[in-house]
Amino acid sequence: MEQNNKLLEVKNLIKIFVIGSGFVRSRITAVENVSFELEINKPEIFTLAGESGSGKTTLARMILGFIPPSSGNILYKGKDISQLKGREIELWFMKDVQPVFQNPFETFNPLKKVDSYLYETVINYSIADKKNASKPIEEALNLVGLSLQEVSGRYPHEFSGGQLQRISIARALITKPALLIADEPVSMVDASLKMSICNLFKELKEKQGVSIIYITHDLATAYYVSDRIAIMFRGNIVELGSVEKILTDPKHPYTKILRDSVPEPDPERKWQGRIELSSFEEKEYQSKGCKFAGRCPYVMDICRNRMPEDVSIDGRIVKCYLYASKVNKAIV
Amino acid sequence: MAILKTENLKAYYITEIFGVKRTVRAVDGVSVSINNNEIFGIAGESGCGKSTLIKTLLGIVKPPLTVLEGGVNYSIGDKKFDILALNQKELKSIRWEYISYIPQSSMSVLNPVRRIRDSFKSFINAHKKIEKEEFKNLVEEHLNALGLPTEVLNAYPHQLSGGMRQRVTIALATILRPKVIFADEPSTALDVVVQRGVIQLLKDIQQEQKNTVILVTHDMAIHANICDRIAIMYAGKIIEEAKTEEIFKNPLHPYTKYLIGSLPKIGDKSYRVSAPGSPPPLTNLPPGCSFHPRCPYTTERCKREFPKLVEVADSHKVACFLVSKEV
Repeated sequence: MEQNNKLLEVKNLIKIFVIGSGFVRSRITAVENVSFELEINKPEIFTLAGESGSGKTTLARMILGFIPPSSGNILYKGKDISQLKGREIELWFMKDVQPVFQNPFETFNPLKKVDSYLYETVINYSIADKKNASKPIEEALNLVGLSLQEVSGRYPHEFSGGQLQRISIARALITKPALLIADEPVSMVDASLKMSICNLFKELKEKQGVSIIYITHDLATAYYVSDRIAIMFRGNIVELGSVEKILTDPKHPYTKILRDSVPEPDPERKWQGRIELSSFEEKEYQSKGCKFAGRCPYVMDICRNRMPEDVSIDGRIVKCYLYASKVNKAIV
Repeated sequence: MAILKTENLKAYYITEIFGVKRTVRAVDGVSVSINNNEIFGIAGESGCGKSTLIKTLLGIVKPPLTVLEGGVNYSIGDKKFDILALNQKELKSIRWEYISYIPQSSMSVLNPVRRIRDSFKSFINAHKKIEKEEFKNLVEEHLNALGLPTEVLNAYPHQLSGGMRQRVTIALATILRPKVIFADEPSTALDVVVQRGVIQLLKDIQQEQKNTVILVTHDMAIHANICDRIAIMYAGKIIEEAKTEEIFKNPLHPYTKYLIGSLPKIGDKSYRVSAPGSPPPLTNLPPGCSFHPRCPYTTERCKREFPKLVEVADSHKVACFLVSKEV
């Protein structure tokens, strides 16, 4: 199990959704050929960023094993997760990879006491028996800055969004996972509490050695928490590398536009220049070449016909012909 | 010149079910004065009463929302009125023509089975009797001025992209050149690139029509980008109000300090701290200053009385004993 040093390997992952039936069938490629890796023994926060419809949530659901990929492989500690058969091995995977969801108010049933979720997790994963269940729960809650005393016997409405999200993270931590998959964990949390969740993620990484896949559309918090970032656009990772490099000096035209559009909380650094928006729903999913070609200011003929290859440049991977040509020239 | 003024405005949601009385103090003594030709930002977290404040300012007060104290006084040109004292008919004539509103979700405003053109038609016809030719000129001129293509008039809402829909809604809300525009989280549900386009449009309109925009959003970065002045709301009250540059450079209230100090910035990875604890529920506010349970500088006095909003420097108002030193 431990021969290779990859925690998670995502290889050429594709997910195609078929909508409708019979003659009115259409296909949407939600994730189109995505690959990346996380290393074992080197905990990191890996951000998947992109706008709505970029496929980041679909990708997360595939990694969690909720939906099967159309093609491609996901290897967790060297094992293909679609080949996991049998209760024991499934339990091993589910223990090791835990989700944290977006809206803490929807995660918990309003009619159920919050602590029942924690006890259920302990029993379901056979962490401890009923009598000793409080101990792992207390430990997990302490990690997120809460205690069992504060939580027990209370219903979701008695907590704030920030507290609920902490409890949700504590629940995920009960099984002592190696990988957390957090889908927009701070977007529903109040502004004054957002950073406390971000700090919690950093702490978990540093002190507990938990790797986190942080999915977000908020580049400012992504910059704050993460080590590496992958910018997704219409099912493709268009740029992948260290967060400092990509967000301070973006290379892909889409990342550039995205970066320039993030408002700065500083009245002295307002948006410069203007941007143009498209009017009608775009058929970007269906286009054959680079999905960004329709909006790209540097578009070339080849962009519309063929998907660009990944190019390694300046410590990152960029999916764009602009840099491919430069590399080719350099080689020649 | 103040175009809109409130004095100690109190609007509570009061419900009584089976003898259980519940009071949500959503707007709890708000005094603001908003000037002509400015973009005034109202910032605050979810559940601090921002939207209720906007509702009250717009005169949409329906039970269980009850106004207990104060009035909302407009003085638009030579027209002076208290919007809370108007009847339905008068309200109808004022809305859209003098005071207009841009909602958060544009899908719920545009009728899904009518073309955009028809929405414009019913909007204009409710206020003006105009000929077909004149209507065409008016709408096309307005859309052109905003940089929107006129083809959208023939489209149904679902054919437009999310950003376009929101911009059409903004065009619709401003076609009668209202003097006061309320925008409640106009860009929150949109992607960053689209958000920028929408905010850009809002600013263009303000610069062209020279009217007043009251922008409500929780996103401080948006405020920093377009507002002239900002008011920070916490638990139903305005706790700080100042010019945008001033509030970002020199926040005085401890809550504002936390709020601005915790904003993540690209290019800056230094440690950020959030305010401890969480906002109080509006049904059960702590006595004294509502921020005192979370405040690191709490004194005995903060636990007893609520500090008044006082001017401490040039148009910089704060509600905190620490700063105001008020007796």
